[in-house]
Amino acid sequence: MTTRELGHDAAPRVSFFNDPKIRGYIYQFVVAAILVGFIAWIIGNTAANLAAQNKTTGFDFLWKTAGFDISFSLLPWTRASYYWEAFLVGILNTMLVAFIGIIFATILGFTIGIARLSSNFIVSSLATVYVEVIRNIPLLLQLFFWYFAVLKAMPAVRDSIMLPFDSFINQRGIMVPRPIPDEQFGFTWIGIALAIAAVIALRIWAKRRLEATGQRFPVFLTGLAILIIVPTVVFAVSGASVSFEIPVLERFNFKGGLQIPPEFAALLFGLTIYTAAFIAETVRGGIQAVNHGQTEAAQSLGLKENDRLRLVIIPQAMRVIIPPLTSQYLNLTKNSSLGAAIGYQELFNVFGGTSLNQTGRAIECIAMVMLVYLTFSLLTSMFMNWYNARVALVER
Amino acid sequence: MTDIGFVRSDMVSARPAPHRTTGAVAWARKNLFSTPLDTGLTILGLLFLAWIVPPLFGFFIGNAVGPNGTVEQCRMENAGACWAYIAAEMEFFIYGFYDIPEHWRPNIVFALGALLFVPLLIPKAPFKRTNAVLFIVVYPIVSYFLLAGGVFGLKVIPTEKWGGLLVTLIISVIGITLSFPLGVILALGRQSQLPIIKTVCVGFIELIRAVPLITILFMASIMLPLFMPQGMTVDKFLRAIVGVTLFTSAYMAEVVRGGLQAIPRGQYEAASALGLGYWKRMWFIILPQALKHVIPGIVNNFISLFKDTSLVYIVGMKDLLEAVKTKNDTALEWQSGNTATTGYIFAAMVFWVFCFGMSRYSIYMERRLNTGYKR
Amino acid sequence: MQKQLVALTATAILGLTAVSAQAAILDDVKAKGYVQCGVTGGVPGFSAPDSNNVWTGIEVDFCRAMAAAVFNDAEAVRYTSLTSQERFTALSAGEVDVLSRTTTWTMSRDTQLGISFVGTMFYDGQGFMVRKADGIESALDLSGAAICIESGTTTELNAADYFAANSMEFNTVVFVDQDEVVKAYEDGRCDVYTTDSSALAAERSKFANPDDHIILPEIISKEPLGPVVRAGDTQWFNLARWTYFALLEAEELGVTSANVDEMLGSDNPAIKRLLGVEGDFGTPLGVTKDWAYQIIKSVGNYAESYDRNVGPATPIGLERGLNALWKDGGIQYAPPIR
Repeated sequence: MTTRELGHDAAPRVSFFNDPKIRGYIYQFVVAAILVGFIAWIIGNTAANLAAQNKTTGFDFLWKTAGFDISFSLLPWTRASYYWEAFLVGILNTMLVAFIGIIFATILGFTIGIARLSSNFIVSSLATVYVEVIRNIPLLLQLFFWYFAVLKAMPAVRDSIMLPFDSFINQRGIMVPRPIPDEQFGFTWIGIALAIAAVIALRIWAKRRLEATGQRFPVFLTGLAILIIVPTVVFAVSGASVSFEIPVLERFNFKGGLQIPPEFAALLFGLTIYTAAFIAETVRGGIQAVNHGQTEAAQSLGLKENDRLRLVIIPQAMRVIIPPLTSQYLNLTKNSSLGAAIGYQELFNVFGGTSLNQTGRAIECIAMVMLVYLTFSLLTSMFMNWYNARVALVER
Repeated sequence: MTDIGFVRSDMVSARPAPHRTTGAVAWARKNLFSTPLDTGLTILGLLFLAWIVPPLFGFFIGNAVGPNGTVEQCRMENAGACWAYIAAEMEFFIYGFYDIPEHWRPNIVFALGALLFVPLLIPKAPFKRTNAVLFIVVYPIVSYFLLAGGVFGLKVIPTEKWGGLLVTLIISVIGITLSFPLGVILALGRQSQLPIIKTVCVGFIELIRAVPLITILFMASIMLPLFMPQGMTVDKFLRAIVGVTLFTSAYMAEVVRGGLQAIPRGQYEAASALGLGYWKRMWFIILPQALKHVIPGIVNNFISLFKDTSLVYIVGMKDLLEAVKTKNDTALEWQSGNTATTGYIFAAMVFWVFCFGMSRYSIYMERRLNTGYKR
Repeated sequence: MQKQLVALTATAILGLTAVSAQAAILDDVKAKGYVQCGVTGGVPGFSAPDSNNVWTGIEVDFCRAMAAAVFNDAEAVRYTSLTSQERFTALSAGEVDVLSRTTTWTMSRDTQLGISFVGTMFYDGQGFMVRKADGIESALDLSGAAICIESGTTTELNAADYFAANSMEFNTVVFVDQDEVVKAYEDGRCDVYTTDSSALAAERSKFANPDDHIILPEIISKEPLGPVVRAGDTQWFNLARWTYFALLEAEELGVTSANVDEMLGSDNPAIKRLLGVEGDFGTPLGVTKDWAYQIIKSVGNYAESYDRNVGPATPIGLERGLNALWKDGGIQYAPPIR
C-alpha cells in the first residue's frame, strides 16, 4: 500500500507539453491532420482538373465494347468483347505466367541453391557465377535481351527448327502438337482423381500407423505406383484414345497445335532465370541457418541420411526459407508487369496500357490494376501469417 | 651415468603432412572426385564449361570487333561483339542529349562525386562528418546548378536533355540518400505505440510494397498531373526520383524493422532507465545496433534501387538502358547482326559493375563491423 | 550557412516544379519564354531528333511556327517526347502547351478528353507494310498473318475493324513503344507492320534495306493528323489554328521564306494582310502584327515544310496527294485572312 502511495506522490510534475501522452496525441493529431489535408487537397485538385478538362469519369466504360484484339488469351476473345473481359484476360495472363514462372523458378532456384553448397568446386563455382551475374543485372534489361537478341537468332517461319514429335521453333514461337482426348477420356480423369485421393488416404493411414506402431510404410513408392498404374489401367480398359493436332505450316505461320508465342516464352524465361537467382540465395541461407548440432543430434539418434534430411534438416530449413520465398513469389508476380515492355499481354499491358488509352480513364484503370496486385499481396501475406503461426517455434 | 634410453632428450622434427593430403592432387581428390557422384558432377561441369566458354570467349574477345573497328567488320559473317559501336556512341550512353560543348559540366559532377564519395567508403579516411555533409547536402545542390545551368552565366540545359549513365547515377544516388532516412522513419513509425502513426506507416508500406514499381512510375507520369493544382507541373526528373524513392523506402522500412525487432527489449528499457527521450533513445542506442544487423538487407535494397532505375523509361527519361535502346534502334550507320546485342551487353556490364561493387562493399563492411551471422 | 543551404535546396527543387498562373496559356508561354511542344519519340519527317540532336520534322515545324509567331524566334521551343499513352494527360495537365505528335482527330478524343484539335495538318490513312519476299499483293491476303501494332492507338482499333469486316483471322503483337513495334517487325516477329501510311514510309526509310519492304495499296481508315491544344483557352486555340492557316495561306499566295521580304512590298492586298503590312490581325491573337511574316521568314510556308521533311525529295518520299492545296487537287484549305 505504502509503495503505491509513494509512487503516486512521486509522480513527476511535467509540464503539459512534456507529458509523453499529451505529446503522443499532439503528434498523432498533426500527422492525421496533414494526411487528411493532403488527401483532401489531392481529391480537390483532381476534381477541379477533371471538371476543367471536361473529362468523363466512372466505371461505365467496363460495359463498352473494347474493339481491340488480344491475341494471347485464355478466355475466348473477339473484338466485340467488353472492357471487363479485357480486365479478366489480363489478370489470367498475369496469373498464368506467374504460376508457371513460380514452379520453374522454384525448381531452378532450389537446384542452384543446393549446388552453391556443394562440396564439388566446379559445381559450387558455376552456381556462384550464375547467382552473382543474374541478380546484379536489371530484369528489364534481361527481358529485352532474351526477347530481342534471341528473337533475332531464331529462324524465320519457313526455316523452322524441327524438333521431335512434330514440334517446331521459329520466330513466331514454339509450336507443339495439341493433345485432343476423345469422350472416353473422361474415365481417365476420374481415374486420376481417384488415384490422388487414394494416395492422400494412404499417407494419412501410414502416418497413423507410424505413430501407433512405429512401423514404416514406403508411402512415396507406393503412391507413385498408384498414380501411374490406376490411370493407365482405366485408360486401357475404357478404350479411350488421344489424338494429336499437329501444327501445319500455312501461308504465314503454323496453324493448329499448341502455340507458345515468343513474348510469353521470353517473359517466362527471364522471370524464371532472374527469380531463381534470388531463390537460390534464400535456399542457401536457409540450409546454412540450420545448426550443425542438429545434424549431429540426428546422427546420434541413429537416423539414416535420408530421414535425417527429411525429418530434421529440411523442416527446420523450410521454416527459414518459406517467408522470403513467398516474397520472391510475390516479386515474380509483380515483375511480370514488365512483360508490357516486350509485348506480352498481361494485366498492365492490357488494362494499364491499351484500355486506359482507348478510354482515357486513367484513374479508374490504374486503380483497378493496383487493386489486383494489392489482392495478390494480401492473399500472400494471409498465407504467410497462417504459415508463421503454424511453424512458429513453441518455446518453453 | 648412462641415458635411460626410454625418454628422448630432444624433439623429433615435424614430418611433412602425408603426401595425399596436400597439393593439387589432394585438393582435386577432395573437391572434385570425392565420390562417384562427385566425379560425375565434375565431368558434367567440365563438359558444360567446354561447351559454353569457347563461344563466349569468341563472342566477347576472339571474334569481337575492337573499339577502333569499323561497321563493315561488325557486319562480317562470324563477327562477335561490336565494341566499335559502343566506343562510337559512348558519349550518348553517358550524357544522353546533353549539349556536347557542355559535357565538362557533368564531368565535373562525376569527378566531384568520386572525390567526395570514395573517402566516405574508406573507413580510415578522416573528416567523416564534414565529408558526409558535403556529399549529402552541398554536393547535390552544386551538381544541380552545374547541370541545369541558369546561374553564373551557365547555359540552361533542361532536364529533358539529360540522359544515359548520368541520369541513372543521379537518380540512384539521390534515391539512396533519400530513401534510407525515409525508410528508417517509416520503420520507427511502424513500431510506434501511437495508433494513428502506426496505421499510416503500415498502410503506406504495405500499399507500396504490394504494387509493381512500374505502376507507381506510371502514376507519377500520367496521374500526378491530375493530382496537382491546375497549371502546376512537376519535372519528369523529380517525378522519377520521387517514385523510385517512395518505392524503395517502403522496402527499406521492412528491412530496418527486422533490425529493430532483433534488438532485445532490455536495450529499450535500459535506454529509458537512463532517462533518454524517444529520439535520443533511438538515435544513440537502438538504431546503431539495429542498422548494423541489417546492413546486407539495406545494401540489397540499394542494389535493387540501382537496377530499378532502368524502369524510369516509363516517365520518358533516357537512362542508360533507354539510351542504349535508342541507339540500338536509331543508329543506322551501325546496324549489324550483333549491334543491339552488344549494346545490351554493355549496359548489363555497367549495371553489373555497380551492383556487384555494392554487394562486395557490403560484405566488407559486414566483416569489419563483425556483425554478420557467424555460422 | 544553414539557412542559405535550405534556400538553395528549395530553389533547386522549385527549379524542377513549375507553377503557372491559371490564366491564359499565351501569357504563361510569354512569361516562361518558350513554347513547350509535345512530340513523338522519333518518327522521321514528323518529329525526330537528327544526328546533332536537333528536332526536325513537319510537326516540329508547327511548334517552331508558333514560337515564331509569339516570340519572333522559331528556336524558342522546348520538346518533350511523349508516348502515345501519356500524350493527352500531359497536354491537359499543362506539361506541354501544344501537342504536335501524329495524333488522329477523332470525335471521342475531341469531346471527352478535354482537348481541342486545331486542324488537319496532315491527311493520312492507315496502311500495311510487308516484306517484299512474302509476295503479298493486297491487305485482303493478310488473314492469319502476325501484325505488329502500337498499343493505345486508333490503328489498333481500325485494324481490328478491318479484319472483322473482311472476316479474316486477326493475330496481333502489341507493344507500348513504337520503337519496339518496328524492331519486332524488322526482326521477323511479325509479317505485317501497320500504322498511318506516312509513318510507314518514314519507318521504312530507317530500315537497312528499305527496298525489301512494300506498303500495300489499301488504306483502311481516315487518319486526320493535327496539332492539339487544351480545351477552353480560345486565345491559344486561335493562335494555333491561325498559325496553321498562315502556313497554308502563304503557300497559296506564293510567299516563301526566300521571297517574304520582297513580298512585303507586294501590291496584292491578300499578301499585305497576311504579312501585316495592311491591317493588324496579330493583336487580336495576342501577338504582333507581323506574326505571319515571322512564321514564314523562319519556318517557311506549308509546302516548304512539307517538301523539306516528308516530300518526294526526302527519304520518306511522300507525294502531296490529299495534302495539296484545294486548288491543286488536294483538300488543304485555309479560310481567308481578312
